[in-house]
Amino acid sequence: MTVNELLTVDGFEAVTVPDGDREMNGCYIGDLLSWVMGRAKADNAWITIMSNINIVAVASLADVACIILAEGVEVDSSVRETAEAKDVNILSTKLPAYETAVLLNKVIL
Amino acid sequence: MSDKLNFHYDVDGENFTSAGQASVSVKKNLRQLGVDAEIIRRISIAMYEGEINMVIHAGGGVADVEVDDTGVIIILSDKGPGIADVELAMQEGYSTAPDGVRSLGFGAGMGLPNMKRYTDEMIVDSVVGEGTTITMKVNF
Ligand SMILES: Nc1ncnc2c1ncn2[C@@H]1O[C@H](COP(=O)(O)OP(=O)(O)OP(=O)(O)O)[C@@H](O)[C@H]1O
Ligand SMILES: [Mg+2]
Repeated sequence: MTVNELLTVDGFEAVTVPDGDREMNGCYIGDLLSWVMGRAKADNAWITIMSNINIVAVASLADVACIILAEGVEVDSSVRETAEAKDVNILSTKLPAYETAVLLNKVIL
Repeated sequence: MSDKLNFHYDVDGENFTSAGQASVSVKKNLRQLGVDAEIIRRISIAMYEGEINMVIHAGGGVADVEVDDTGVIIILSDKGPGIADVELAMQEGYSTAPDGVRSLGFGAGMGLPNMKRYTDEMIVDSVVGEGTTITMKVNF
């Protein structure tokens, strides 16, 4: 499933999606950046409640398909703009991380 | 690619929001060279961890990256406080990161272990009071 296709699922909203054709192959949940870089796999959806600017660099370098901000967490406009410029997809959802992952598991396959 | 390519970066120790620029630039260059995506990913993460460490723990430093047919060598060098016990610092979970950066998601004590895991060779050369030089190699 691509990031654009996920956006058609109820509960997910686009914060910025400059590269919506990216395929997702699973997900990783985490807020500690070095854990994410050590454990997430390329093309995962990364579910987090971290919202500072460094998530954009981590997502780009770890080559995840998108960041999904759980729990209705919002980002500053500077984060959104940087993500857009760096081709990093950011989505948001009101769901907690676990429910987000459960829903992803249902729709991604 | 028969020639060597060299890239040099100054890593600003003050600016937390722009931290990672050198790694992002290296990623872009490697992509243009057509390097395999998973190898780029390993190099990018290892370099970013080292770059962030220089910002958080050493007040900045310099990064030199050399690319040839055989792979990529990254040399990160700072004049920070140095690491007293490298073996301890290399352990997962060991961190002296201050609270301010922990709230940003750093300080898990996983940076150096990630650098080791994602590279084929890693040498930490550190002298307390003088600084730290970390050399990493990733083979193509
Ligand atoms: N360049 C450096 N100069 C001085 N000390 C360093 C340097 N790099 C690492 N250290 C020391 O080694 C410890 C472990 O580093 P490591 O990158 O593994 O974890 P961290 O930076 O504390 O947290 P994380 O990388 O998970 O965000 C640091 O907390 C710090 O004490
Ligand atoms: Mg670190």
